[in-house]
Amino acid sequence: MFNPYKVREDFPILKRKMNNHPLIYFDNAATSQKPRQVIEAMKDFYEKYNANVHRAVHTLSLEATELYEEAHEETAKFIGAESIEEIVFVRGTTEAINLVAYSWGLNNLKPEDEVLVTLMEHHSNIVPWEILSKIKGFKVKYVDINPDGTLNYESLKEMLTSKVKLVCITQVSNVTGVINDVKTVVELAHEKGALVLVDGAQSVPHMPVNVQDLNCDFLAFSGHKMLGPTGIGVLYGKKEILEKMEPFHGGGEMIREVSFNPETRRCTISWNTLPWRFEAGTPDICGAVGLTAAIRYLKALGMENVKAHECSLTEYALKRLKECSKVTVYGPKDAGLKCGIIPFNVEGFNSHDIALLLDSYGIMIRSGFHCAQPLHQKFNISSSARASFYIYNTREEIDRFIEALKEIEESL
Amino acid sequence: MNANPSLEEYIARIEEACGEEKDIIVHFKYEKKNEAIGKILKKAKVERTVAGIIFDITYKNLAIRLYNTGKAIIKKAHNKTQAQQILAELLL
Repeated sequence: MFNPYKVREDFPILKRKMNNHPLIYFDNAATSQKPRQVIEAMKDFYEKYNANVHRAVHTLSLEATELYEEAHEETAKFIGAESIEEIVFVRGTTEAINLVAYSWGLNNLKPEDEVLVTLMEHHSNIVPWEILSKIKGFKVKYVDINPDGTLNYESLKEMLTSKVKLVCITQVSNVTGVINDVKTVVELAHEKGALVLVDGAQSVPHMPVNVQDLNCDFLAFSGHKMLGPTGIGVLYGKKEILEKMEPFHGGGEMIREVSFNPETRRCTISWNTLPWRFEAGTPDICGAVGLTAAIRYLKALGMENVKAHECSLTEYALKRLKECSKVTVYGPKDAGLKCGIIPFNVEGFNSHDIALLLDSYGIMIRSGFHCAQPLHQKFNISSSARASFYIYNTREEIDRFIEALKEIEESL
Repeated sequence: MNANPSLEEYIARIEEACGEEKDIIVHFKYEKKNEAIGKILKKAKVERTVAGIIFDITYKNLAIRLYNTGKAIIKKAHNKTQAQQILAELLL
């Protein structure tokens, strides 16, 4: 039985007081808090196992290498990948998307091609494609969204022509929490011969995600949003696609051989096997150890339970927000269509005012564009406040959030 | 780092917020926040106070919202430099 009060005991930071109030952390879409299991695993690594990985013969390096490769295995199992060859560790979702842009896009996209991006994407799934389009000359086209923030699937179908080589779509919007039917999008895209890159930054931490079920070609996500440390993220790619891709970064570890030819005075380079071909230089080994601990923590809770808990909190929050007459909530009001993210504004205040006012109650939320300016333009709002929930949040915290909002409304 | 001595003394961080409002968010140094708020309240015009937590003030046609938690929002400043100049005057 999922018990958020028991879960809370594992998170030391939640014992803090902020501005003389118990900390209420509702900024989980930006980053999650870390359980002591993750903190201790990372501490344990530096105290007992720290060494550089791969290509050393000493015992300590072997142990560190085993922990690092175990992190790939644990990640592969968590998202249903076939093998660790499909799991590339990167710094985060942003780097994972850039890896696809520069390793796959640079070599496969031509001026006559199109890349489809939805209007609800985070800037990290827009900007790399706009930059690359200037280099390669292909078109970036934006799939529209409906007034309630859900994806306009008709618009997507119309835009999906044989010119489209890649569809970039978030599984869950980082602003509205809308869950996109990625499986259907993948089917539609594949019918036209396009690949699909899924931004899983807001889905993998909050719901069961299986790459074989989705049949997506790439999935990008970050460790720090799923209880793990900052600085480690994941790019899943189908093995047959990754095998054909050129490396992203050059350096140590990603090569098999660098052979100097004295006659030509050039080096001939052959690439390492997957996934190491895409992991140049010394990786974030401790981050990987932390990610393993985070995944094990989530698996022990059960991702279905995680999703159900957040859905229940969202439903409750949406219901109680109706009591606040000056609050406008954006996106769908049906909690079943979304993850635990609620964007809103309070009449008479801008989003930063709301965030600072709630801060004085010890409630941490985010304000601004949330790196999704096109979506805010679509909603015709200058910015929004955003409350986002996770496994350690409770109904009592939502009650305090609502009472604070009511006091803010009354202060007008 | 803030080049102005009064900014150095009182301010931990100044950030331009994202969003079309172009607000500037000011974080006062925790141990100096009460002193900073006191100085600002002496120089600026207080338009409204909410429960001693929030002070809506104006100074040189700029609206500023001060929070007793040690933060402030400078509304519609042209840029961070203008915000720094205003703060330097208020904290002198």
